[in-house]
Amino acid sequence: MQLVLEKRAERSGTIALISPLIAIGLTIVTMVILFAILGKNPLLALHAYFIAPLTDSYSLQEIAVKATPLVMIAIGLSLCYLANAWNIGAEGQFLIGAVAGSWIAVKTQGTDAGVWVLPAMLVLAAAAGALYALIPAICKVKFGASEILTSLMLVYVADLFLDYLVRGPWRDPQGFNFPTTAEFDPVATVPLLIEGGRLHLGSIIALFVVAAAAILLGRTIKGFEIRVVGAAPRAARFGGFNANQLIILTFAVSGALAGLAGIIEVAGPVGHLQPGISPGYGFTAIIVAFLGRLNPLGILIAGLFLALTFIGGEQAQIAMKIPLDVTKVFQGILLFYVLACDSLILYRFKLVFPNRQVASGTH
Amino acid sequence: MRKSLRALAAGLLLAGSVSAASAADKLKVGFIYLGPIGDLGWTYQHDLGRQALVKELGDKIETTYLENVPEGPDAERAIEQLVRAGNKLIFTTSFGYMDPTLKVAKKYPNVHFEHATGYKRDKNMSTYSAKWYQGRYIQGLIAAKMSKSGVLGYIGSFPIPEVVSGINATILAAQTINPNIKVKIIWANTWFDPGKEADAAKALIDQGADVIMQHTDSPAAMQIASERGKLAFGQDSEMIKFGPKTQLTSILDTWGPYYIERVKAELAGTWKSEDTWGGLDSHMFAMAPYTNMPDDVKKIAEDAQAAITAGKLHPFKCPVIGQDGKEVECKGGANLADGQILGMNFYVKGIDDKLPGK
Repeated sequence: MQLVLEKRAERSGTIALISPLIAIGLTIVTMVILFAILGKNPLLALHAYFIAPLTDSYSLQEIAVKATPLVMIAIGLSLCYLANAWNIGAEGQFLIGAVAGSWIAVKTQGTDAGVWVLPAMLVLAAAAGALYALIPAICKVKFGASEILTSLMLVYVADLFLDYLVRGPWRDPQGFNFPTTAEFDPVATVPLLIEGGRLHLGSIIALFVVAAAAILLGRTIKGFEIRVVGAAPRAARFGGFNANQLIILTFAVSGALAGLAGIIEVAGPVGHLQPGISPGYGFTAIIVAFLGRLNPLGILIAGLFLALTFIGGEQAQIAMKIPLDVTKVFQGILLFYVLACDSLILYRFKLVFPNRQVASGTH
Repeated sequence: MRKSLRALAAGLLLAGSVSAASAADKLKVGFIYLGPIGDLGWTYQHDLGRQALVKELGDKIETTYLENVPEGPDAERAIEQLVRAGNKLIFTTSFGYMDPTLKVAKKYPNVHFEHATGYKRDKNMSTYSAKWYQGRYIQGLIAAKMSKSGVLGYIGSFPIPEVVSGINATILAAQTINPNIKVKIIWANTWFDPGKEADAAKALIDQGADVIMQHTDSPAAMQIASERGKLAFGQDSEMIKFGPKTQLTSILDTWGPYYIERVKAELAGTWKSEDTWGGLDSHMFAMAPYTNMPDDVKKIAEDAQAAITAGKLHPFKCPVIGQDGKEVECKGGANLADGQILGMNFYVKGIDDKLPGK
């Protein structure tokens, strides 16, 4: 007797709906076992991870702050991935956006520049992110270079460029030679939404981006084009859709969103440009995009959920002295189950009863 | 029946409030760590300091730490989480936490903060650091004595004043023994990356260096030096087990006494915002045993250590000649002023290399 995976004739709608729930259920069961092995009370630990952060406004704000860049980048990436364009370099576009926007902040520092500074920073950051993303897109369309490799490699270029700027020309003159710009002026800072908190305007912008993406994909011809080119390239060609044009477009849009996320992070929670402004947002957003099934609303939920695990992980570390590694194991297990359960959408388990003699012969 | 129930309830309540009171009486002390506590370097040493604190004052305090906190947008949240969990004294143990610590400090004026290696302070935010350049001076003496090729290899992390002053102190010391000493410098642009650090060590040895020194945190360079039969200095922590025939000494970060002193002040209600920059005399760091060297070199090292501790020897004794051949303005009387060392942005004469960003 053998257990095999068999391809389904068509994708199972029911499984597609309940698969994330199964995955979360399995994750919780696994974590309960893990907590028990570590000698921690599993119920208290799960409470610290999932419930405690949802019970006070401070933690809710922090979840929104953490999710903002992830959601914004992931929305852009989902457009790329739906159109079969593999942008892996959102991290680089994030950094270039941060650098370009910071340029205005640094140059207007200490002057009486007006309220135009922040809007100009946002626009320039989005434009720079888009241009930076166009490099791999054009290389792909014109020369057939793998956009996966080129976009990824450009991450390191952006990282080193930022490094050079904050160690050299943009270094804070009062900063004892440490690699950081001076704190941005108030006009170059993303406004806070709640006095004393950290929730900022960026979270609202992220919600707009989610809504816009939902409308684009659900209600417009362009959105239809993106989905057809990705799902059925041959049909798209017959339909007269230009796949190359879409690669350029989706890369530019996702680059712009990553760049925007970059400047919002720098001009918001960080407050100045320095190395290490991104704890890998551009890469984590890839996970968020797939966890949200490349669907705008799904991405919003996935982004918030991943942010919850970060905040909850910290609170578990403080309240129950659960090591950080357990949080990482937890995130890994979650992704593993999500991907494993997703395979059930296209495949099903089947028991196979082979011929006994053959079976005894081979075993 | 009713009465006894009520008495029981009252008793329970009382017991509850008593235990709550004793828990509340304990001062909560928080730590933010840059790396994992098992990095065997910077964070490991801070955690040893925390453990020393618990050993000394464990009945009066409760400690909590968050490890692997990146020096970016997450740092402010991590610090605030510790505040919200009731910590009244919080140590943030890396330079990059400076601005986040300041922001949280302004928001919670009744909580005290201690930031390592930074320069921004507030009414409720102290800074603390160590005069590691004193240890570098001793290493420079040993290196010049032990090097046969007359070429030292130096793995820099970032060209910030702490690291630059370390290089300068090393060379000034080495020149007192061998005026023609050469130093090759490689900037790893990281504090902790064993792969890069190992590559840097290999490159330095290939360029003729036979004594390797580092301002990065992993034992990788020590292992490479050991494989190639060269000598090396450890960093932050005791690394002798990675090079039993290789390690000459190591600058050991010993934060325990400082942590104990500050927490005692907090308990006594005498904590004030201060700028602490301690040297060998105040035990902010220590030198690992002098090993793998002849007795006369050991004696030179020990004498220098005693002289620095007693305040008789200053690594940056004037005149200090800059790389451009001009004398550096002497703002501290007989020695360079502390501010000049804390902001050091130049190489001294004899370093055949260009300071990045200059």
